[in-house]
Amino acid sequence: MGLINEHLVFPDQQFADNEAALRFLAGKLNAAGKVHDDFFDAVWAREQKFPTGLPAGKINVAIPHADAKYVKESAIAVATLAQPIPFHNMAVTDQEIPVSLIMMLAIHEPHGQVQVLQNVMALFQDEQHLAQLLQEHDAHALFTDLDKTLGAISLDR
Amino acid sequence: MKKILVACGAGVVTSTIAIQKLQEELDKRGVPKDEYKIDQASIPEVPSMADNYDLVITTTQYTNPNGKPVTNGLPFLTNIGLDQTMDEIIKHLDLKPTK
Repeated sequence: MGLINEHLVFPDQQFADNEAALRFLAGKLNAAGKVHDDFFDAVWAREQKFPTGLPAGKINVAIPHADAKYVKESAIAVATLAQPIPFHNMAVTDQEIPVSLIMMLAIHEPHGQVQVLQNVMALFQDEQHLAQLLQEHDAHALFTDLDKTLGAISLDR
Repeated sequence: MKKILVACGAGVVTSTIAIQKLQEELDKRGVPKDEYKIDQASIPEVPSMADNYDLVITTTQYTNPNGKPVTNGLPFLTNIGLDQTMDEIIKHLDLKPTK
């Protein structure tokens, strides 16, 4: 089974702020049995200390994540946002950037996931593809695209 | 043998990606593998480790309290400005690209 799961892909979401968005995605990962109960707390603590907003050109993305010990089974939860919400910039942490795509990475064994992580980064460098993903309003279609783009093969377990 | 330390917040995700990319870029430039060694760390581990390395690369904003220069590793994640970063790293470490 791939890292992308049809039930963990959420197009056109609206959140008051990034904390609400991360709480939502972490809750979905937890409900799917992918992470431990304290995953959100770990992600949020980390986000405040080491933010994960990535300036990727016109469309910015965020890759919130936490230490592998909070993860039961590797998975990626994805939300596209109807309205961008501010995240702090990973490289310039006092700067806020408007983020339109959140990919919450629950990674159990990072070295087994290098290819998928590289595919995630390659996607972020493809502005046209990112724009296309934001236009996708159907969860199944968004899932199909992401699953194909990121590769369906998971190497861990 | 030059020693490079690559660090990110938790020492897990973005440093893994950055190391993979750095390795690829060094290979692409034909830098012999026996000229350097790359290790991985979390940011909180950097102060105690940095003195043993010729270069520290971090994917998040970080100022090394030891005063050793730190290279911003974001280009390894986004590809933006990657060639310039690689040129700086090669110059700083005095590596010998063959391509």
